[in-house]
Amino acid sequence: MKKPIEQKGEKKKSLFKYVNLTIVLVYSAFIAYSYLFKVSSGIRMGTTLISFLSSMGKILPCAFIIIGLFEVWVPRERVEKHLGHQGGWKGYIWAIILAGTMAGGLLVALPVSSALYHKGARLSVVFTFLGASAVVRIPMTLFEASFLGVEFTALRWLISIPLIIISSHFLEKYLTKKQFDIK
Amino acid sequence: MWFAFIAAVLLILSFCLDRPKTKKAVILAYKRFIFILPSFLIMLILISVILFLFPQEKIIAYLNYGSNIVNIILAALIGSITAVPGFIAFPLAGILKEQGISYTIIASFTTTLMMVGTITFPVETTYLGKKVALIRNVIGFVIAIVVALLIGLYFGEIVL
Repeated sequence: MKKPIEQKGEKKKSLFKYVNLTIVLVYSAFIAYSYLFKVSSGIRMGTTLISFLSSMGKILPCAFIIIGLFEVWVPRERVEKHLGHQGGWKGYIWAIILAGTMAGGLLVALPVSSALYHKGARLSVVFTFLGASAVVRIPMTLFEASFLGVEFTALRWLISIPLIIISSHFLEKYLTKKQFDIK
Repeated sequence: MWFAFIAAVLLILSFCLDRPKTKKAVILAYKRFIFILPSFLIMLILISVILFLFPQEKIIAYLNYGSNIVNIILAALIGSITAVPGFIAFPLAGILKEQGISYTIIASFTTTLMMVGTITFPVETTYLGKKVALIRNVIGFVIAIVVALLIGLYFGEIVL
């Protein structure tokens, strides 16, 4: 009984791969065509693609190097002690501080959270970290305050951080019943 | 730039302390990077298409001046589907403020911009799976609405 289900899952996966491959091929063909025949919409898309590729291309490899070093050097017990179930409420504070000082947004936060989770961080701390990385990044916050005022930024922090912690707590409760795993 | 600097310093330090460990770290970094590369490419394609469909001028035009719940939700939806990096988003928010758009609407727009990622969804799904990625984004959306409502109350834009 087990085999057909597995096969079905794999079939779905490979189908998904083909869809992605088709998207990449059609897109590249369109961009190449646009550059050859000067189609302005395609050229504009190509320009944004290149600018994002170059900005993320600088951050991502560095982020993965730091993650790799973290995985090799930081002992599991230390992560468990501060960010795991033994850490208590301090784990959330660490998660927020870590999120605040990081660069690169969600794209960097996701692989970091995966590394933390596999080193023994509890789910609610991981989700707090992910949520906070969107909201409290310090360089970005300074920028925000200069455009919208300190009051606005302070309010946004004070309201969103407790909500992020509470929702992460419930998400953990819900997911521990479901045998959830981060890749 | 400082990010690359930190990575380089750590890498050199690690290399001096323990070569085999450093080699292992670099191999791990490479594996993790390759794992996410396909979703990352799809995301970049999405960004370029969506930025083309929703340029800055259009975003400003769609954001409404009033602060009723329909406008707040509309602003949150626009913030959810567009993807603007922080260094563009906040100057944009500054422009919106100058044009007389309320703090409520700006809060709804910028918070979803940061917390809800339609565009980063393929990457998020790769790590968390479709269901949890969806739950997380819905939570972000709800938090954004709450933030917008409370900010509106604070600045007196929403009167009960």
